[in-house]
Amino acid sequence: MENMLQFDIDAFWIILTGTLVAVSASLLGVFLILRKMSMIGDAISHAVLPGIVIAFLLTNSSSQIPMIIGASLVGVLATFLIESLHRKSKLQTDASIGIIFTFLFAVGIILVSQYTGQVDLDQECVLYGEIAFVPLDRWVTASGIDLGPRNIWTLGACCLAIIATIIIGYKGLYLTTFDQTFAASLGISTVAWHYTLMTGVSLTTVVSFESVGAILVVAFLIVPASTAYLLTDDLKIMLILAALIGFLSVLSGYYVAVYLDASIAACMALMSGVFFAIAFLFSPGYGIAFKGRRAKMGLQKDYSQQL
Amino acid sequence: MIIQVENPALEVHDMTVSYDRRPVLWGVDFSIPKGHLTCVLGPNGSGKTTLIKAIMDLVPKNSGYAKIFDQDIDDVRDKVSYIPQRGSVDWDFPASVMDVVLMGRYKKNNIFNRISRTDRINAEIALEKVGMKAFAKRQISQLSGGQQQRVFIARALAQEAEFYLMDEPFAGVDAATENAILNLLKEMKDEGKTILLIHHDIQTAYDYFDWFVFLNTRLIASGPKETVFSEKTLSDTYGGKLSLLTTVGELLKEKKLPVRE
Ligand SMILES: Nc1ncnc2c1ncn2[C@@H]1O[C@H](COP(=O)(O)OP(=O)(O)OP(=O)(O)O)[C@@H](O)[C@H]1O
Ligand SMILES: [Mg+2]
Repeated sequence: MENMLQFDIDAFWIILTGTLVAVSASLLGVFLILRKMSMIGDAISHAVLPGIVIAFLLTNSSSQIPMIIGASLVGVLATFLIESLHRKSKLQTDASIGIIFTFLFAVGIILVSQYTGQVDLDQECVLYGEIAFVPLDRWVTASGIDLGPRNIWTLGACCLAIIATIIIGYKGLYLTTFDQTFAASLGISTVAWHYTLMTGVSLTTVVSFESVGAILVVAFLIVPASTAYLLTDDLKIMLILAALIGFLSVLSGYYVAVYLDASIAACMALMSGVFFAIAFLFSPGYGIAFKGRRAKMGLQKDYSQQL
Repeated sequence: MIIQVENPALEVHDMTVSYDRRPVLWGVDFSIPKGHLTCVLGPNGSGKTTLIKAIMDLVPKNSGYAKIFDQDIDDVRDKVSYIPQRGSVDWDFPASVMDVVLMGRYKKNNIFNRISRTDRINAEIALEKVGMKAFAKRQISQLSGGQQQRVFIARALAQEAEFYLMDEPFAGVDAATENAILNLLKEMKDEGKTILLIHHDIQTAYDYFDWFVFLNTRLIASGPKETVFSEKTLSDTYGGKLSLLTTVGELLKEKKLPVRE
């Protein structure tokens, strides 16, 4: 028990890693679910796999930047393919998503299994991540200074970039998410905003895969944002809440994992589900627990101002 | 009959638009004058929404062009306001009435700027005009259909445009709201604004509008009320739609509509 609650430095790095993933993903997730595109997030997170493997093979994991850019582009390409397929073939979007992402994911899996020996990658790691190993891969400068875990730097840069984009592009994202047609009528490029968002999702998935894996990042993209959606009617508050719930899932998930001696990333995702369930049951606006009370309040609604 | 005008607010020239190679607008060619209330009439699926979208360059055209104040749409977007059909957005979106009206102040060249004081003042004035000031802080998910429509109109007013294109602003609103909006439109007209809107109720259209465009994939007629509004135009536009023709017949009997030989 004493051991479990001891806040050692590795625990700190692991929780920080998880938090950076969760905050980036949750913020983007807010826009994904409001655009009714959460499946696209799912698709991208799987479709980047071949990009990651190919980039790994080409650069031999020696330099991270080209790998991150290359793999992110594959994710953006996947959304482009999905949309083209949907438009050209009149196939439903969800079917197009299913076709493109399973295809790219399969290519990725084949590549991983083919080249496991040659690159520092294995199926397990790609799918489930290895957040526990994050503190081990340090960034040590030529002069021998230890700058901490390498992954923290890439995740931190990604997280900052996403926060900056959302702050600077808030109006554009808000408008194009709420009313595409109106945005276009103002001459604002809805396509540009769409791909900005997709690039963010793709980038987040790529930089997160080492720690949480290609599958669980989807949980961070969708679950905290959905929880926040249940709790508020204000976009700014929804963004803050989503990030906060993401952080709480990571924090509590870590200690649950230690307690159960289970996969850390999986426990973090699990906890995000637990928070969702709590919100679903008890949220003042949507929770089932208050349904009766709300119905009563509805009857007493103030009609005096109604026209 | 197609009456063209000199120095028009809007000129649509030989416009053809199709979806999946099926034309929904065919060789549509008309012009409307400045400072008038123009109504586009036509049955469901006759291409009215498509016409407005094509004017705003939101759907690709096969041929033809539209000019507003004799300019390409991209050069006059600041002077043109478009009100999409109310059903085109998700009203459960986390936004307040004020947030939505403020979107009317967004422009291509201020999208990265913060919302200014002027923007807020303008949005408040717009809300006042549609009688929704008391609702500024309310979440849009808690509005009735008529209130949603008023919010959309307030957003358009906040744009301070010269030319308004409205897609069915009266769909699903009660008579009181309809009247309030119609009076507002008249005020706007008196201020010299040009308004083109899609409407389904022939009687109110006849009562309130002075210029008409009859559309059914092809242009049936376009011109001032006295010239183009007739039983023949209506039946050419709506074809054999029995219930509608009965209504028109009744209107004619009551002598509300003029009978033309
Ligand atoms: N995105 C689209 N893809 C394919 N066909 C479309 C699309 N939008 C509209 N259509 C078709 O084009 C035709 C014209 O549609 P439009 O929405 O312009 O009609 P409308 O006159 O506005 O009808 P309503 O009175 O019902 O609003 C219809 O037959 C419709 O089915
Ligand atoms: Mg329509």
